[in-house]
Amino acid sequence: MKANALFTRSEMIGFAILACVIFLLLPAVLDTFRLNLFGKYLTYSFVAIGLALCWGAGGILSLGQGVFFGLGGYCMAMFLKLEASTPENTAIQSTPGIPDFMDWNQLTALPWWWEPFHSLTFALFAVVAVPVVFAFIIGVAMFRRRVGGVYFAIITQAFAAILTILIIGQQGFTGGVNGITDLRTLLGWDIRTDEAKETLYYVNGILLFAVLFAAQFVRRSKLGRLLIAMRDQEDRVRFSGYDVASFKIFIFCLGAGFAGIGGAMFTLQVGFMSPTLVGIVPSIEMVIFCAVGGRLSILGAVYGALLVNWAKTTFSESFPELWLFGLGGLFIAVVMAFPNGLAGIWVEKIEPRLLKAFKKSPAPASPAQQSTPAE
Amino acid sequence: MTDETSKKPNSGVNRRAVLAGGTALTASLFLPKQLKAAEYPTAEINTTGLAVTDDTVTIGILHSITGTMAISETGSVQAEKLAIEQINAQGGILGRKIEYIQEDGGSDWPTFAEKAKKLLVNDKVASVMGCWTSASRKAVLPVFEQYNGFLYYPTFYEGLEQSPNVIYTGQEATQQIIAGLDWVAKEKGAKSFYLLGSDYIWPRTSNKIARKHIENYLDGAKVVGEEYYPLGHTQFNSVINKIRLKKPDVIYAIVVGGSNVAFYKQLKAAGIDMTKESPLVLTISVTEDEIRGIGGENIEGAYACMKYFQSLTNDNNEAFVKSFKEMWGDDMVIGDVTQAAYLGPWLWKAAVEKAGSFDVDKVRAATPGIELTSAPEGYVKVHDNHHLWSKTRVGLAKADGQYDVVFETADLVEPDPFPEGYQ
Repeated sequence: MKANALFTRSEMIGFAILACVIFLLLPAVLDTFRLNLFGKYLTYSFVAIGLALCWGAGGILSLGQGVFFGLGGYCMAMFLKLEASTPENTAIQSTPGIPDFMDWNQLTALPWWWEPFHSLTFALFAVVAVPVVFAFIIGVAMFRRRVGGVYFAIITQAFAAILTILIIGQQGFTGGVNGITDLRTLLGWDIRTDEAKETLYYVNGILLFAVLFAAQFVRRSKLGRLLIAMRDQEDRVRFSGYDVASFKIFIFCLGAGFAGIGGAMFTLQVGFMSPTLVGIVPSIEMVIFCAVGGRLSILGAVYGALLVNWAKTTFSESFPELWLFGLGGLFIAVVMAFPNGLAGIWVEKIEPRLLKAFKKSPAPASPAQQSTPAE
Repeated sequence: MTDETSKKPNSGVNRRAVLAGGTALTASLFLPKQLKAAEYPTAEINTTGLAVTDDTVTIGILHSITGTMAISETGSVQAEKLAIEQINAQGGILGRKIEYIQEDGGSDWPTFAEKAKKLLVNDKVASVMGCWTSASRKAVLPVFEQYNGFLYYPTFYEGLEQSPNVIYTGQEATQQIIAGLDWVAKEKGAKSFYLLGSDYIWPRTSNKIARKHIENYLDGAKVVGEEYYPLGHTQFNSVINKIRLKKPDVIYAIVVGGSNVAFYKQLKAAGIDMTKESPLVLTISVTEDEIRGIGGENIEGAYACMKYFQSLTNDNNEAFVKSFKEMWGDDMVIGDVTQAAYLGPWLWKAAVEKAGSFDVDKVRAATPGIELTSAPEGYVKVHDNHHLWSKTRVGLAKADGQYDVVFETADLVEPDPFPEGYQ
C-alpha cells in the first residue's frame, strides 16, 4: 500500500475542488445571509454522505435518516435552550429558570433527563451517541433478523413517523409542534450575529471534511469493498464466512452519527429545531439529495444537497406559487437523464474529456470500477 | 359609519368602483387629507435603509401557500392584498405606493425563519404581514427581534407573548374565551363542561384558561373532562361515548384542521343533534373557512366564539365582504383570521402616518393607541401590549355555512396576554 492509498488521483482532485468551493468560492461570492443558507444546506450533506455509504455502497435504503438528524439537532437544542432559559430571562414565567414551553405546559421542574444537558461536553457527546445508539438498536433488531430491502425502508419510515408523533405529543418535554425555539448563545457566545454565522459556516465546513475523510476511509478499506459485495451478492458474502449483519449495523450507525452531527450544526446555524425536520417528508427529501448527487458518490451527495436546496430556495423566491412543480421537474429530469446523478455526469461525461485533455491514462471503464465510481 | 357612505350603489359595480367605494369609505373615516410624497423626503422618513423610494415602499407577505396550512393561510394572503390595493387606490402611505414581495413559508417552520430573514436582510422590507400557526410565529420571532423587523400576525392565539416586533391583530386567548364562557353560563345556564382539543400549545393553553375561569369565576360550574388528540386525529368515537356518559351541558371544542371534519361528522352520526343544545357545542376554532370543509349541515346548531363573523351587519363589513368577493370570487368565505389579516396593512398605514416615518422604532412608538374605525369588525384600538382591543361575539352556525351573531360584548375587551390568575 502506498502512502496515498486513501485517494485515487481523481478523488484527490474532487476533494480539492470541493474544498475550494466551500472555503474559498462560496464565502467570496455570497453575503452573510446567503452564506448562512448554504451553511444550512451543508448540514443536510452530512446526512447525504451517510446515505451514500448506507444506500449507495451498502444497499441499505433508510427512509428515516431525519430521525438521526433530528436527534442530533434536539440534543444540541436542549443544551442551547437551557443556556437561554436563565432565571433572569424567564422571570415572567410561573416557574423561572425552565424552558418557556415547559412553563406553558404547566411543568414546574426540569425533567431529570434534561439535567445532563446543562453540560456542553455531555451535549456534544449526546449529539453523536444518541443517534448511534438508536441506530444500533434498530440495526440489531432488523439486520440480525435479516430484514432488508423494502421492508427495512418501510420500518425506518415508521420510526420517523413514531418519533415525530412522540415529540409532538410530549410537548411539555419537547416543545411539541413549535419545536425548541429562540436559541441564543453557546457558552455566552451569541450565535445569532453575522460574525457567529460566518464562524459556524467554517466550523461546519471543517466538520464536513472530517466526515468526508472518514467516509472515504471506510470506502477504501476492506469494509468498503465488503459493503459493495454485500449490496450485490449478500448471500455469497455470508457464505464466505463474514458476519453480514455486523457490517450493516456498523455502516448504519456510522450514517446515523454523521446525520447527528449535521443536525447539531443545523440547530446552531438556524437557531431552532422542530419536529418538521424529523418526520417522513424531510427523511425522503434527504434520500432525494443523495439520489440527485449520485448515490454512489460521497462528494456527489454533498453537491446534491447543495443543488437541491439551492434550487428550492431560488425557485420558491422567484415563483412562490409554482416552485414545487419546478422542483419536481428537476428531480424527474435528473433521475430520467442521469440515473447516477451529478456524480454520474461527472464520471461519464466530464472526467474522460478532462483526462484526454491532460493526456493521462485512459478513463476507467471496467464494470467493477463503475460500481464504485471515483469522483 | 356615516350615512353618505352607506348609500353608495350596491348593484352592477365593477372592481374599480368597489375599490374606490372602499377608498371613500375608509378615507372619510381615516385621515381625510391626501399625503404627498414630496412633503416627506425619503431621506427623512427612512433613516435605517428600508426599501423605501420616492414613490414606493416595499413590504413582505409571508404565509404558506403550499403545504397543509395553505388552505387556511390563503384567505389571509387575499385579505392583505386587498388591503394593499385599497390603500394604493387611496394614494398609498405618505404618498408612496405599497409594493409587496410574497414569500412562501411552505407550511414548514424553518422555511418561515429563512424567508423572514431574507425579507428583512436582503429585501429590507418596511414591515411584514405574515404567519398563521404559533409554530411559524415562534420560528420567525428571533429573526424579527434580531433584525428589528415589524410583523403583523393575524391569528387568534394562546397569548403568553408580547414582542416589541410583533403586532397581534387577532385575539389572544382570554379575549376570545372568557366572554363566551360567561355567555353560555348566563344565557344557557351551563354548569358542566367537557374540554376537548387538538394536542398543541394553543388548545392546551386555551383550555387551561377555560378551566380556571369555569372553576373560579362561574358559580357552581365544573369541568367534567379534558382530553387532547394529536393533530390530524380522526377517530373521536371513544370521546363521544365518554361525553354521552358524562352528559355535560357544554362540549368546549378546540379541534383544528382535518380533525374538525371527522369530529363534527362523528358527533352528528352518533346522534348528538347540536341544534337541540343538549349538550351544547361551543368552539373557538371553527371559522367560516373551516365550515367549508366540515359542511354546514354537519355543524348546524353549534356556537362559535370569536371576534368576527362574515355575517356581521355594519357598513364597514358589508363593503369589505363585497370588495373581497369582487377581488377573489363570489364563492369566497371570510373567517375571523382573514378579517384580522385585513387589518394589518391598515394598522401599519395608520402608525406610519402618525409617526411620519417608516423607521421601525418610530412606527413602534406610534403604534399604541392607533384606532381603526373602518375595521370590518367595528372599532378597534391598539393596546400598549401590541394586541388589539376588540369585541368578542358568539355566533350560531347555520346549515348554509354562515353564523348568526347571537351575542356581542357591550364594550371592547382588553387584551391580556399574561393573565393573572389564569396561569
